[in-house]
Amino acid sequence: MNRHLLSIDDLSRDEATHVLDTAAELAHLLDDTDRAVRKLPTLRGRTVVNLFFEDSTRTRISFEAAAKRLSADVINFSAKGSSVSKGESLKDTALTLEAMGADAVVVRHPASGAPHRLAYSGWTRSSVVNAGDGTHEHPTQALLDAFTMRRHLGPPDRPGALDGRRVAIVGDILHSRVARSNVLLLDKLGAAVTLVAPPTLLPVGVGSWPCQTSYDLDAVLPACDVVMMLRVQRERMNAAYFPSAREYSRRYGLDAPRLGMLAEHALVMHPGPMNRGLEISAVAADSPRSTIVEQVANGVSVRMAVLYLLLGGAQ
Amino acid sequence: MSTTLVRGARLLGDRQGDLLIRDGLIVEVGPGLSEVGAEVIDATGLVALPGLVDLHTHLREPGREDAETVASGTAAAALGGFTAVHAMANTDPVADTAGVVEQVWRLGQAAGHCQVRPVGAVTVGLAGERLAELGAMASSAAGVRVFSDDGHCVSDAVLMRRALEYVKAFGGVIAQHAQEPRLTEGAQMNEGELSGVLGLRGWPAVAEEAIIARDVLLAAHVGSRLHICHVSTAGSVEIIRWAKSKGWDVTAEVSPHHLLLTDELAASYDPVFKVNPPLRGKADVAALREALADGTIDAVATDHAPHPVEDKDCEWDAAAFGMLGLQTALSVVQEAMVETGLLDWAGVADRMSTRPARIGALAGQGEGLVPGAAANLVLVDPSVRARVDPDTMASLSRNTPYAGMVLPGRVVTTLLHGRATVRDGVLQ
Repeated sequence: MNRHLLSIDDLSRDEATHVLDTAAELAHLLDDTDRAVRKLPTLRGRTVVNLFFEDSTRTRISFEAAAKRLSADVINFSAKGSSVSKGESLKDTALTLEAMGADAVVVRHPASGAPHRLAYSGWTRSSVVNAGDGTHEHPTQALLDAFTMRRHLGPPDRPGALDGRRVAIVGDILHSRVARSNVLLLDKLGAAVTLVAPPTLLPVGVGSWPCQTSYDLDAVLPACDVVMMLRVQRERMNAAYFPSAREYSRRYGLDAPRLGMLAEHALVMHPGPMNRGLEISAVAADSPRSTIVEQVANGVSVRMAVLYLLLGGAQ
Repeated sequence: MSTTLVRGARLLGDRQGDLLIRDGLIVEVGPGLSEVGAEVIDATGLVALPGLVDLHTHLREPGREDAETVASGTAAAALGGFTAVHAMANTDPVADTAGVVEQVWRLGQAAGHCQVRPVGAVTVGLAGERLAELGAMASSAAGVRVFSDDGHCVSDAVLMRRALEYVKAFGGVIAQHAQEPRLTEGAQMNEGELSGVLGLRGWPAVAEEAIIARDVLLAAHVGSRLHICHVSTAGSVEIIRWAKSKGWDVTAEVSPHHLLLTDELAASYDPVFKVNPPLRGKADVAALREALADGTIDAVATDHAPHPVEDKDCEWDAAAFGMLGLQTALSVVQEAMVETGLLDWAGVADRMSTRPARIGALAGQGEGLVPGAAANLVLVDPSVRARVDPDTMASLSRNTPYAGMVLPGRVVTTLLHGRATVRDGVLQ
């Protein structure tokens, strides 16, 4: 595996499958009820820094739990204000972490490409894991989503479990790093992705992405194996991306009638945090086919696998 | 009386000849000239061009002397073969009064590396709200003729119309930075396939083209001269070509980096490639080259934009827009236009000296290599190729996008009114 995980493009199909298989093994090991200590010694003595330039409690604690279950030392570094707001620059923060001897830096940053700069500017020798950068990518979210899909669709943990599966990703594609990483990963794993959004929320050039697009959610839903709803920020309507929250919800929200259009086995996913009543109704979020809470649990296993393969593999 | 004899140069890259220079003027041109007591410059194998004129230079003084000063910027200009630069108005304080433009003009005279012609701001403080005292700047010692809010677009159509009309009284020209502000809020790179993949906010071509379309129509309506700064898209070229076909008095410039580099470089997330307007696609580069070759685009202008290291050594979104250009401009034009057969050296002289001097109404520059012309000239060795090394540049900044690239051509000598500002590639 590459020394960094910045984009899903850093992984081949085999490597991505290996991450998912490893995550499954790690989850299995820790689920073992005979185990007195739910912790593995794999990364003992290694230091993982969670460097968060943007608030994200759920991603940060997920990485923190993953590192701790592998016995790594964890340092949480909340850098409020990047160089944009004239705080400490990304470079100086990186040099500080380098001086502290971080083995891996998990970075969340509002600027697309910031993890790429950390990895390749010579400021630090650490492995860099992208925990979400701007509107670029969020590769571990895509991995945990694929992990969740694999568990439910077809024989679990079988390579190729997602081949031919149909996944709809619905919502603010333009601003979504989750969508970008998911399109790349699901395509690698053989699934057919359809992005569903109003035209204003699809990026220019989306036609060259390895997926289909649609403006019509109702037409897409019946054939889906998975429907993944993305968070839509209410402020977007101020920039004329859509006229009102209600109109968005009517046209693109997963409400009860649309939930009824799904095939029996189809999953409802959401990367969180949800806007209940906007992109997803309570009845959809809380339905038995919803994997939203399970996604959180799977996030820890997948992030353990990523840290293990990036750091443990080197020893 | 100082007399200089430039011997054996290929004049405009063509026939070999000598140039006799006396008291800052070219007095004789031809083969086999001789003059007793003249200082002889052996130019065998070198191409002689008229001194280059830049319509678009950021010298950063006053205000950002950590990035560049008039002295350091004009040193870079001379080393790049320039004998005149137009210093853009977005300094601090803004060059929107006679006082500031005279200060910049005087600093240029004191440094002595090349002529510095300040550009005046169109609106007070570049704020786009009310006209600056354009007449006062025109009548000042600096003799301003080019007015621009560069870095900001004069987006208010009424204000743009009035500015175009007003400067007719003193032969001025408005140089528009064509960027529709609402379409480019927070924009980071060319909007296209790659901006979507990289998650960098897109900067659509239409934001440039819509303003150019509006402004050529405005200029035609009021019968004014209009100059378009740093044209970057194929669509802009089409609109300018159409405006010229109507006989309207519209001119345009292109920056060297838009002739050579494409938006694919943004995939590195290295802000050294972040520039306004952004690097565009391959088809745009091809259209710009073709337009410069056929004269639709009149001039090459560097948009030399120095920035201190800390403004580029950061994440893309946080970085400043702009690239160095003065010391690499001629090499880039040779690579993009001459080596490709699109332009000969006479064409280079036209696009980098004659026409920019005419657009700027700059007497004593761009007069060519003819008897009676001011002795502003540059001797270039087109046969060498060298790796670009930012650390050897005269600019106080290092933000060149060409670092490590191998480019052709070397400026050997620059003469400013007969006096060598650069000799054997060394600043005098």
